[in-house]
Amino acid sequence: MMTDTNGASPDEGSGLELDVLALAGRWSAGGRRLALATVVETWGSAPRPTGSHLIIDDEGRFEGSVSGGCVEGAVIAEALDVIETGSPKMLDFGVADETAWRVGLSCGGRIRVYVEPVLR
Amino acid sequence: MRRDLIDAVNAERAARRAVLTVTDLATGNQRLVREAEIGRDPIAELLERAIRSGKSGIVEGPEGESFVNVYLPPVRIVLIGAVHISQALAPIARLAGYDVEIIDPRTAFATPERFSGFELHAEWPDVVLRTRPLDAYTAIALITHDPKIDDGPLIEALKSGCFYIGALGSRKTHARRLERLKEAGIADHLTSRIDAPIGADIGAASPGEIAVAIMASIIEAFRKRKMFAERRGEQAGE
Repeated sequence: MMTDTNGASPDEGSGLELDVLALAGRWSAGGRRLALATVVETWGSAPRPTGSHLIIDDEGRFEGSVSGGCVEGAVIAEALDVIETGSPKMLDFGVADETAWRVGLSCGGRIRVYVEPVLR
Repeated sequence: MRRDLIDAVNAERAARRAVLTVTDLATGNQRLVREAEIGRDPIAELLERAIRSGKSGIVEGPEGESFVNVYLPPVRIVLIGAVHISQALAPIARLAGYDVEIIDPRTAFATPERFSGFELHAEWPDVVLRTRPLDAYTAIALITHDPKIDDGPLIEALKSGCFYIGALGSRKTHARRLERLKEAGIADHLTSRIDAPIGADIGAASPGEIAVAIMASIIEAFRKRKMFAERRGEQAGE
């Protein structure tokens, strides 16, 4: 994630990482339909701290991260559903949770991700 | 999250103030709490704890489970002195993800060629800091080696509670600096915050090595959240 800020224009990123919420404001102002995913709880070694954001638009374009890339694919798929229905969802990811989710965290941690629509 | 909440969070951060959002996980209801409004909130104590640690998380309030997200302003590093160390420190700071700006009134040092791509002010620090004041989310390193340039912003940094204040110079140089600060009426408990000799004690000798040592100290000060305790006049907790 940190390396994502390299080469970003000052407008796109500021502070310690890509400013996902600033980008969400601009994407939304530009008329895109969006979902915002947020890490709300972590157990064990989790790659991104609580509060980390991933934004997804209705075409599946995304910025930010909620893990080291392990579960983003699944979050994006759920986010498209959230954009359609307008209802938030809570997602749980763990390393041993392979029946519920085909993806998991190879680091052995567990995370909970809240996915909500961005309402205009 | 509603667009107006997102815009409000972004506006607060741009104004260099911390802000929180509280999401009721059962209903999805959300509210924004500005730093100055925490005292009036129904879960003030929990929010105070969250903003102090800088950590987001789920809290159990009287109305059930809520997720509290803490948004801090972007952290910036101010380098007083467009010297050789700064030429190494600026790109290191950027790689680590921090905003950086360099201030030096000596136009021979503060040239765009030496700091290509970085925010550079060839002016006296007090002039620049008047429009871009120091605050608790700012680290400052004083590295001109010239008291005429360093002392003004150093006193300003001590008063405004910068989360890291480092000053270049040997123990002898620093002892003389402390004497000058004492004469200027700055209290001992403030001057004891100055990191001097500057940077992590790794035996750094070259400008690049000293830059790495300074960056390590800045990261430590920020990640260990000493600034939140010190802002409230408490002992820094580890």
